[in-house]
Amino acid sequence: MDSSITSWGRYPKAVHVSSACPEWNSQLIDDLQRRDTILPYGLGRSYGDVCLNDGASLIRMHRYAHILLFDRTTGVLRAESGLSIAEMLSVTVPAGWFTPVTPGTKFVTLGGAVANDVHGKNHHKVGTFGRHVRAFELLRSDGTRHVCSLTQNSELFRATIGGMGLTGIITWVELQLTPIVSRMIEEQSIKARSLQEVVELTEAADTDWDYTVSWVDVMASGDSLGKGILLRGRFATTPDGTLQKPHPKPLLSIPVDGPQWLLSNPTIRVFNTVWYNKQIGREHQRMVDIEPFFYPLDAIGNWNRLYGKRGMLQYQCVVPMHDGVATMKSIIRELQRGSVASFLAVVKKFGNHESPGLMSFPQPGLTLTLDMPNSGRRLFNALDRCDEIVASVGGRVYAAKDARIRGDRFISMYQNYNDFVKFIDPRCSSSFWRRIHST
Amino acid sequence: MQSKSIAIIGATSAIAHGVAKLYATSNSRFALVARNAQNLEVVASDLRSRGASHVSTLLADLKDVTRHDEIVRYAMADLGRVDIVILAHGLLKDQTEIDHDAEATLDIFEVNATSMISLAHRFGCALEKQGSGSLVGLSSVAGERGRRAIYAYGAAKSAVTEFLSGMRGRYLPLGINVLTVKPGPVDTPMTAGRTLPLMASVDTVAKDIVKAIEQRKHVLYTPGIWRVIMAMMRAIPEALFQKMKI
Repeated sequence: MDSSITSWGRYPKAVHVSSACPEWNSQLIDDLQRRDTILPYGLGRSYGDVCLNDGASLIRMHRYAHILLFDRTTGVLRAESGLSIAEMLSVTVPAGWFTPVTPGTKFVTLGGAVANDVHGKNHHKVGTFGRHVRAFELLRSDGTRHVCSLTQNSELFRATIGGMGLTGIITWVELQLTPIVSRMIEEQSIKARSLQEVVELTEAADTDWDYTVSWVDVMASGDSLGKGILLRGRFATTPDGTLQKPHPKPLLSIPVDGPQWLLSNPTIRVFNTVWYNKQIGREHQRMVDIEPFFYPLDAIGNWNRLYGKRGMLQYQCVVPMHDGVATMKSIIRELQRGSVASFLAVVKKFGNHESPGLMSFPQPGLTLTLDMPNSGRRLFNALDRCDEIVASVGGRVYAAKDARIRGDRFISMYQNYNDFVKFIDPRCSSSFWRRIHST
Repeated sequence: MQSKSIAIIGATSAIAHGVAKLYATSNSRFALVARNAQNLEVVASDLRSRGASHVSTLLADLKDVTRHDEIVRYAMADLGRVDIVILAHGLLKDQTEIDHDAEATLDIFEVNATSMISLAHRFGCALEKQGSGSLVGLSSVAGERGRRAIYAYGAAKSAVTEFLSGMRGRYLPLGINVLTVKPGPVDTPMTAGRTLPLMASVDTVAKDIVKAIEQRKHVLYTPGIWRVIMAMMRAIPEALFQKMKI
């Protein structure tokens, strides 16, 4: 019995019967067949319970992390699924190759990136992570191994991308990386006075900039509701010798849980105001390294502990572009009515590149992401009302961030649900999956 | 870091692989020896992918000392010159599991002591002929004092430590360094499922080892705190030590 393994939000908690930690291929099948129900677990960076398996077992994949092939001329990399993006980049960046898609942390495994079909600031240009997976191998609990790609075992391929680890164990992943000549990114930040302006600036930037994202203040109200800062970036295109520079180390780590008042309504409000006003001019330009541009929070180890013992919730939804700003505003107002405290939320426009994944989250439209201290019933009620709004316009909520959505509502958001369930491995399950089938 | 030619015996061990990864990025060359073909091939691919300019492999059960001459010949011939020899193979079993099993106890001694000493001796002679190089042996803080929880393994590591210490005396004047590595508990598959104090990560230990090799150190405690802890543990009088039940 082990209660030490959590998700990044540290809510809900789970007690696992056992956890295996395989290092070699030959151990995987034993670990899979020796236990009742299992779930592969990477680095635990999803927020809610999609990576947990309360009352059952985990197969922890982080030691199963060898690189099997890296072609420096074509940028094709094949690695065992426990390899982290961080370690992958430490090898590929000096050779001039970057991950095609990255979430906001580099501490995710390749298997986790596939299973949650992660997306990043360049979704409008290149779509999700799953679109750059050339192939992977899936080990099922009956002992069979399937090499999957768009042309081979394509149904399993589509079910496993965004499949939340429920279709079996991904043993290796083969990726097409993106060429870069420098670690430096040309970054511009532009202040927007309202959500409408955030979206207008985003649409103007999306043609010429590979990476766009906006940070908005969801605690501001009235005309300035959703005011924020658009960040746009693109890799430098002239070689400058920075590729060989070693990665900087994390600056500090949070050793203990924060007290409850630390990240509460008033402190967050102050932070948001200071943050918005620290940029004095409307536009600001600089050259930044990969680390601060893509992974600002990775510089603070265990930052999730700041949210204290009760943990935090993250909420991410996407709503269609049509009336998108109005929908998003009603979601933000709903959160404000519930006195929800949130640090700068993230707004991004998803593009039209469709993912092969059956249960993939992104769809064309506007996406909103918020971190919130777990303040209990009131927050949960407000989020329920947000789900209702999202569902009514044909939007979706992201499983990798969820800890509380009602099951029938989640299922109704995913049109391929019925196709997907056919591919679930009989020995795989998760806290998330059981939860959405019991509520 | 400069490119090096490195022979690794017990190449699939997590600590050895951690060290090899750090050398691979500077285009080092490797001759790897281990028992399991599939795992060894995975380690070889990994090092190639990370930038190793040459990786060759040899399969051998290292307990079988009759193959040790062949292993040394293979590594020396394959690499041409050998800058670093790393002896990393090891076997750890729960002491309680072998308390009533003399065969298993001797097995622990064969793998961790006899085989390690046999290879250290033979590689020592080969490096002497070459006139340069570093020999790195993975021992353990467990070899510093016989403890009830781990005495079979500890006794074997103690033998290794003392043997390497003597070798160092013999080889230093010849320009060959012998490094004894004494890790505390490291978070590896070998220690999986055990709760041990001050568990270190493979990355930390690997970095320490590379630094010690490059600085031609004699004895490395990693993490460094174990130098202090073991000094204290050695200083406790036997009667008191037995009462403390550690």
